Amino acid sequence: MDTVEGAVSALRQALGEQVLSVESFRGETTVVVAREAIVEAARLLRDAPELQFNLLAALTAVDYLPEEPRFAVVYKFYSLPNNRFLGLRVPVPGDDPEVPTIEGVFPNANWHEREVYDMFGITFKGHSDMRRILMPHDWEGHPLRKDYPLGYEEVQFTFNFDDIDRRKRYARE
Amino acid sequence: MTGAERAGTVYMSEPEKELPVDELKHLVSERALTGETMVLNMGPQHPSTHGVLRLLLELDGEEVINCVPDIGFLHTGIEKNMESKTYMKALVMTDRMDYLNNLGNNLAYCLAVEKLVELDVPPRAQVARVILAELQRIASHLVWLGTHALDLAAMSLFLYCFREREIILDIFEMCSGARMMTTYIRPGGLWRDLPDGFEEAVRAFLKLMPGRIDDYEAMLDKNPLWLDRTQGIGVVSAEQALGWGLTGPALRGSGVALDFRKAQPYSGYELFDFDVPVGSRGDVYDRYKVRMEEMRQSLRIIEQALEALPAGPVRSNNRKFVPPPRSELGHSMEALIHHFKLWTEGFSAPKGAVYVAVESPRGELGCYLEGDGGPKPYRVHFRTPSFASMQVLPVMSKGHLVADLVAIIGSVDIVLGDADR
Repeated sequence: MDTVEGAVSALRQALGEQVLSVESFRGETTVVVAREAIVEAARLLRDAPELQFNLLAALTAVDYLPEEPRFAVVYKFYSLPNNRFLGLRVPVPGDDPEVPTIEGVFPNANWHEREVYDMFGITFKGHSDMRRILMPHDWEGHPLRKDYPLGYEEVQFTFNFDDIDRRKRYARE
Repeated sequence: MTGAERAGTVYMSEPEKELPVDELKHLVSERALTGETMVLNMGPQHPSTHGVLRLLLELDGEEVINCVPDIGFLHTGIEKNMESKTYMKALVMTDRMDYLNNLGNNLAYCLAVEKLVELDVPPRAQVARVILAELQRIASHLVWLGTHALDLAAMSLFLYCFREREIILDIFEMCSGARMMTTYIRPGGLWRDLPDGFEEAVRAFLKLMPGRIDDYEAMLDKNPLWLDRTQGIGVVSAEQALGWGLTGPALRGSGVALDFRKAQPYSGYELFDFDVPVGSRGDVYDRYKVRMEEMRQSLRIIEQALEALPAGPVRSNNRKFVPPPRSELGHSMEALIHHFKLWTEGFSAPKGAVYVAVESPRGELGCYLEGDGGPKPYRVHFRTPSFASMQVLPVMSKGHLVADLVAIIGSVDIVLGDADR
């Protein structure tokens, strides 16, 4: 049996109902898992001797506004011994954007989860250092949410030139 | 009413709030709170941080107790920006992430687009992509070697490395008209065919470079100062490295032979013969050795690829995704329509997500691309190696001197444009 098929059936066996569905697209398999089960799923994928997904290759999120559940956190695991990728996807409701952290299983989830928090406002329960990482610490809003507008530069005209100049952030002495 | 409220935006005008020091307390040890150890700020304007990396260091004398990287100074919102552009126009953003691996970024994104829309790439373009990506790898390693040696006070090497890098940039300029922001690799192939004189230029480089690499190595390997400052410094074990998401030469320095060119070949890498050099001790010196050997292997790949470079088109003939050649626009109505549609509306990609991982000079460069059926990417995420690898800095630097930290940062080879995106 292929490693990916093995992983899917192992996840189904261990998590039962909490495996919501299995998607396949362009040769990539993604297992949709309930958020309560993500830590267990990650641990299983890493520790099962026939799977050994020992590298958390990527962790990110997607905002599906206005659909519900609004967010999805996406995990990509890579197994060095078996040379296979496997995706996990965790749906996250918009009114309660919180997912348990997998930092305890994969230490490098730390920064990736901070980035997701920074960009999407999804918090990770149990995370050791839940701060913004890319945006300034006093930034308002989460830029990669779909209801967050792309920033723009105000157009300067003669009538508002001074006005813009006054409040624009230049380096001042 | 303030001007900011009138304009409907609050981001630009608010004065910055001070960061309460309590928010950082959990990152340092108890001894820092009593003043027994010193907390020192290193960066973001520091030449040996290779960009705008800021490190908060907790020091006991000169010994590093804790190291807290702070990034984001170069964040330009590339992922957000790409969501508002068509698949083809978003390509120019990728050049601007990792400014030492422009063609590699182009390649990762193009492979993802091609996978998402199932677009073919002609053989000539595939081989040309390999040649360019490997030239880019050498150029990137040259900058790494020059700056790394400069950090450790071997000044002359910096000048030599940049001299050779210039030859590669000239080749890129020949192909694309730009030295760095090339946007030469496009979904479905290349922007245009390789120019006349390309092969000669690359062959001349192939002839010159092996001797030069030997020279660099001789300059460093016989230098006791270099050996003292690199051997046994910043050791990271294979398990630690994997757990912290280290990839690329830095991981291979710890003895893990993971190279996505070998493991998951893309763009025809499986056709070429090359070795994946690995280290054994996982220190700064082994990472240096791995990269030096990688440059030689890249030359090997380029040599084989030049031999194997087939004739033929460099762009897919699928006009629904790839613009027709300009020469057709004058006499073919259909070509004109395709051209117009592709540059205004763009092509649509199906609903679904793909993930493509390529081997950048710094490690695994992953592109997560999600389409929603429309002409713009719904979500693009780049898993950039610099971002992922930087987390390992605290692990590597604990217990070392501040001066060694400079060697460690250099050996991980981070590019802040790559980390902050």
